[in-house]
Amino acid sequence: MRLRCPLCGERDRREFTYKGAAVALDRPATEAWSADWDDYLHNRANPAGETRDLWQHAAGCGAWLVVTRDTVTHSIADVRLARGEGTA
Amino acid sequence: MRLPGRGRNAGAEEVRFRFDGRDYRGRAGEPLAAALLANGVRVMGRSFKYHRPRGVMTAGSEEPNALVTVGRGADREPNVRATVQEVFEGLEAYGQNAWPSVHFDLMAVNDLFAPFLGAGFYYKTFMWPRAFWEKLYEPGIRRAAGLGVLSGEHNPDPYEKAFAFCDLLVIGAGPAGLMAALAAGRAGAEVILADEGPEPGGRLLSEDERVEGQPAQAWVAVVLAELAEMPNVRVMTRTTVTGAYDQGTYGALERVSAHMARPAPGLPRECFWRIAAKRAVLAAGALERPVAFAGNDRPGVMLASAMRSYLHRWGVAPGRSVVVFGNNDDAQRTARDLAAAGVHVAAMVDARTDAPEVAGVRMFRGAVVTGTAGGRHGLEAVTIRCEDGRVERIAVESLAVSGGWNPAVHLTCHMNGRPVWREEIAAFVPADGAVPGLAPAGACAGEFSTRGCLEAGLRAAGAALADLGMQAPAMEAPEADAARYRLRPLWAVEGRGRAWLDFQNDVTVKDVKLAAQENYASVEHMKRYTTQGMAPDQGKNSNVAALAVLAEATGRGIPETGTTTFRPPYVPVSIAAMGAGAQGKGFAPERLTTSHAASRARGAPMIEAGLWYRPSYFPQGDEDWEAACRREARMVREAVGVADVSTLGKIDVQGADAARFLDFVYTNTFSTLKPGRVRYGLMLREDGHVMDDGTTARFGETHFVMTTTTAAAGEVMAHLEWVRQGLRPDWDVRPISVTEQWAQFAVAGPRSAELLDGLIDGGLDKDAWPFMSCGKVTVQGIGGRLFRISFSGEEGYEIALPARYGAALFDELLTRAEALGGGPYGMEALNALRVEKGFITHAEIHGRTTAFDIGMARMVSAKKDCIGKAAATREGLSGEDREQLVGLRPVEEGARMTAGAHVFAEGAAHVRENSEGYVTSVAPSVALGGWLGLGFLRNGRARHGEVVVLVDHLRGRRLRATVQDPVQYDPEGVRLRG
Amino acid sequence: MSPCAGLLPLRSGTVRLAEVDPGRITSLMPGPGQAAALDRALSETHGLGWPAPGQAILSQRGGVVWTGLDQAMLMGPAPDPALARHAALTDQSDAWAVADLSGGDGPEVLARLVPVDLRPQAFAEGATARTLLGHMTASITRTGPETLRIMVFRSMARTLVHDLHAAMDAVAARRGLDAGGPPR
Repeated sequence: MRLRCPLCGERDRREFTYKGAAVALDRPATEAWSADWDDYLHNRANPAGETRDLWQHAAGCGAWLVVTRDTVTHSIADVRLARGEGTA
Repeated sequence: MRLPGRGRNAGAEEVRFRFDGRDYRGRAGEPLAAALLANGVRVMGRSFKYHRPRGVMTAGSEEPNALVTVGRGADREPNVRATVQEVFEGLEAYGQNAWPSVHFDLMAVNDLFAPFLGAGFYYKTFMWPRAFWEKLYEPGIRRAAGLGVLSGEHNPDPYEKAFAFCDLLVIGAGPAGLMAALAAGRAGAEVILADEGPEPGGRLLSEDERVEGQPAQAWVAVVLAELAEMPNVRVMTRTTVTGAYDQGTYGALERVSAHMARPAPGLPRECFWRIAAKRAVLAAGALERPVAFAGNDRPGVMLASAMRSYLHRWGVAPGRSVVVFGNNDDAQRTARDLAAAGVHVAAMVDARTDAPEVAGVRMFRGAVVTGTAGGRHGLEAVTIRCEDGRVERIAVESLAVSGGWNPAVHLTCHMNGRPVWREEIAAFVPADGAVPGLAPAGACAGEFSTRGCLEAGLRAAGAALADLGMQAPAMEAPEADAARYRLRPLWAVEGRGRAWLDFQNDVTVKDVKLAAQENYASVEHMKRYTTQGMAPDQGKNSNVAALAVLAEATGRGIPETGTTTFRPPYVPVSIAAMGAGAQGKGFAPERLTTSHAASRARGAPMIEAGLWYRPSYFPQGDEDWEAACRREARMVREAVGVADVSTLGKIDVQGADAARFLDFVYTNTFSTLKPGRVRYGLMLREDGHVMDDGTTARFGETHFVMTTTTAAAGEVMAHLEWVRQGLRPDWDVRPISVTEQWAQFAVAGPRSAELLDGLIDGGLDKDAWPFMSCGKVTVQGIGGRLFRISFSGEEGYEIALPARYGAALFDELLTRAEALGGGPYGMEALNALRVEKGFITHAEIHGRTTAFDIGMARMVSAKKDCIGKAAATREGLSGEDREQLVGLRPVEEGARMTAGAHVFAEGAAHVRENSEGYVTSVAPSVALGGWLGLGFLRNGRARHGEVVVLVDHLRGRRLRATVQDPVQYDPEGVRLRG
Repeated sequence: MSPCAGLLPLRSGTVRLAEVDPGRITSLMPGPGQAAALDRALSETHGLGWPAPGQAILSQRGGVVWTGLDQAMLMGPAPDPALARHAALTDQSDAWAVADLSGGDGPEVLARLVPVDLRPQAFAEGATARTLLGHMTASITRTGPETLRIMVFRSMARTLVHDLHAAMDAVAARRGLDAGGPPR
């Protein structure tokens, strides 16, 4: 697997670390626990098809990335910096 | 049988080699199988299940029968295909899966029991009684089964792995691959041309053909000469592309030195390549398929194309007389070539009623071979059933078989592509777009004529170049044989006797039919039931035929019955090659502190902390670890100790929003911290569990230095980057690790200030350095940092200087400490000191503990949001049911505790359901005597004073202990405030 | 003591590995919207500039090597105080083991360890990459036609030398090998 880091160009998968769904970008503003927090932290769709994931180019530039990819074909539609992608 | 003067290698040097203890002579560089055939050796292996004698079937890496063990010492390699292993002076090889030898194998009695060992035998027989499986059946089966065996010793050979990059990867250097590489090379693309063989050329080296008006081999030489001149083309021989992976990544196994008598020192045996290619052309060719008929596994029966390879390439005939049996024009080609080489072609048996003749060869049209006869050493006669039903027996030494060709679709299956059936060639071809960026060309795509392959290679290169935005060169495919492929499908010949489909796993036509009869009618079920396709050749020689037999048995067409698919690797890849470089020191990096050499010089055993190596203790005389630990801990409590703490993560945080940022990542508040002061911080994960803890010092309004634990330094750095990039992108905060810049030492104990007073330029004014203060200092003019913090419970400081001075500083600190009755202390003492104080490490904050559990719920500030704050309030993450941090002290003074023990209430049975907690840390205690521990206990804070039972099932220990406050020494913190 | 003291230099085949004293190393992290101002300041004070990702701006006296998102290292001179107006600075002079791998086979040696194409046609002079060297994170910069500058964390200097030495020897051993040609 290879990912095209927006800063470093296409790199081997071994340079990247996976975090999970890009939902993590949209952190609820409330300090009290609510159903929003459940969705934010735990509830995941697990689609056969397109997903948006967070990866860090940990062994590279350190940038956090939003990767849009297909879990069936493994094709990668888009890689962009996570910075500015969230609603927070 | 050697044919003097024949073969491309006719001029090769003669070398000596051994097989099964006998000496032979062969031509250097030829495959072992060719050399054995030249010496009249026909039995080269034994089958897996029935131990039937087997001869070589093929001339390629797909060989199912001729598997041998090469070498004799620790590096001996089993299951080497004799068709791939090149002969060199002194080569030693052995037959395998046989005892005492492949010529006479006592295990062949299995074959006599064959009627009882049919498909599904294991499943049916060894199911009951259940308890017998582990003790009796499995060990017995394991002993009897298996092919070659490993030496059991450490493999001393070097292996290698490497990365390569190209615009175009061409897989296979036959006519299609050579054309593709030539066109792309001329266009200026970066090309890697990888071929399994010792020299590129593919089938062109094995056939008597003309390309561009010259012998095919001459054309190959011209192309290779041109490729060799191109700096943008890399030709990799003896390199099998083993797998196709995502985004144009390919695995390839290069056999670097297995063909050499005396490899240069350091030369790897194999190299496993990861190749990243923007585009790839699959020119892997096709594999000829056998026909199933009774006794088709007898040594002397060989694929027709293999026979031509041995003839043209290596100057070897498999016998003095040959019968050719086929269903396509390769039968005629084979008969013609053999006859031209002076081999007696006794008959040609062609299943087609309209088969063409070969001059001077007796012809059987519309006929089939129904059986073979022979002795232990191979074929002596074949039985032919003529079109009119007449049966004829012909005495002959070898039989060439061609059942047509299967495109080598394997790599196109590696990303879930399913090959599709093409009726006119009765074979599977790659599905369109099966692997993104990879285009099959030539025989692997079902185009079997040489001219067609050359054109396909050129076309595929043109398409790849267009994708790459490059201009294809103006060139045309050369003239070559363009004959149409004509065949009549023939999979299995009806008749009595076992007809083999999967030679390696001894699966017969009857086995597949039995599977169908027992309703394993899906191809995937049939494979598992019969084990067809599960041997090392992974069904390369049998999948399609077995599918065809299953289709017939179930009354369906082949495409309706299923398809064939293959997983990586295309050929077996040794673990040594995949894990190359990971032996010994290559397994993981070693991170060494600047005090490492000095600690080792003092005899300190090192323990690993992540990748770091830290001194465990500094033994004096014949002290064991506990004695040293107690002495070092006492030294800190009574005088002064020095410990290297450089391994703790140090993160410099600057920016206008640095304080706000720390407020957000820590549960407690840092924006109120004054410059020059240090504060302990607790960091949660967003799910409300503790991530890490440590102290953070404020050096300026917008400048902090955070400390993490050694274990979590990397995790915390990634987390901070995540928060700033992902969650708070608008804040001005700039974190960077400075861990490696500073050598930092803890100086702890009642005489620590005295030590530092002599060391620091201008001395240490204790009043200016209250507990939890920080600042800049100089030591002999060198700028450093001083922190007044304590992980021991004593008055303590940490002093940091740039790492280049680390070794010198450590020496200086030890000299001064020893003058004050102190010295170095290691991890054991450090642990003992912090356990007495109830200070936590990742033994306690192990990922499942909350701030509540460790008694720090009040550290989650109510005045601000922080990571993990919402989740920390969840039901179930606090309360009486939680296991809470407690101190534990044995009731029996001096009893030794173990970490990992479970905690039970007195009187409760020591079973899992009753476990109320566990012990996380234990240590000898100097201050209180005996041993102390920390652990978690359900509702533990309310149970101080209670006696519980600690049971370590693993070590078989139990003892009674009193539950206490985790802070068991100096709870008021008088000592650390000094 | 330098990080590779007692470990380098090494030579194997056509390749040489030698420790480099890079002078001062200072990390630069520009504040929000400060990259252009930092670029100017670097130009005025050091004759250098703020590099694009994957680039190093090199001069006789030093350089600025891009090392990650919002981050580069000023190599050589002590940082001019003016830089602090536009960037967060930290001293990293002692944090890195720095070595030059020189010789035509340098990319071939690193192909055993680094998953990035470092051949001159793909990685020209002034190109830099943050990547892996074996299991270590590294910064690799082409500083000359046949010179690759390698930086790993100081604590891993011994592993750096161990891994590179093995790769250098393997490449040297291969130099007796031809690819292709008729069987011998």
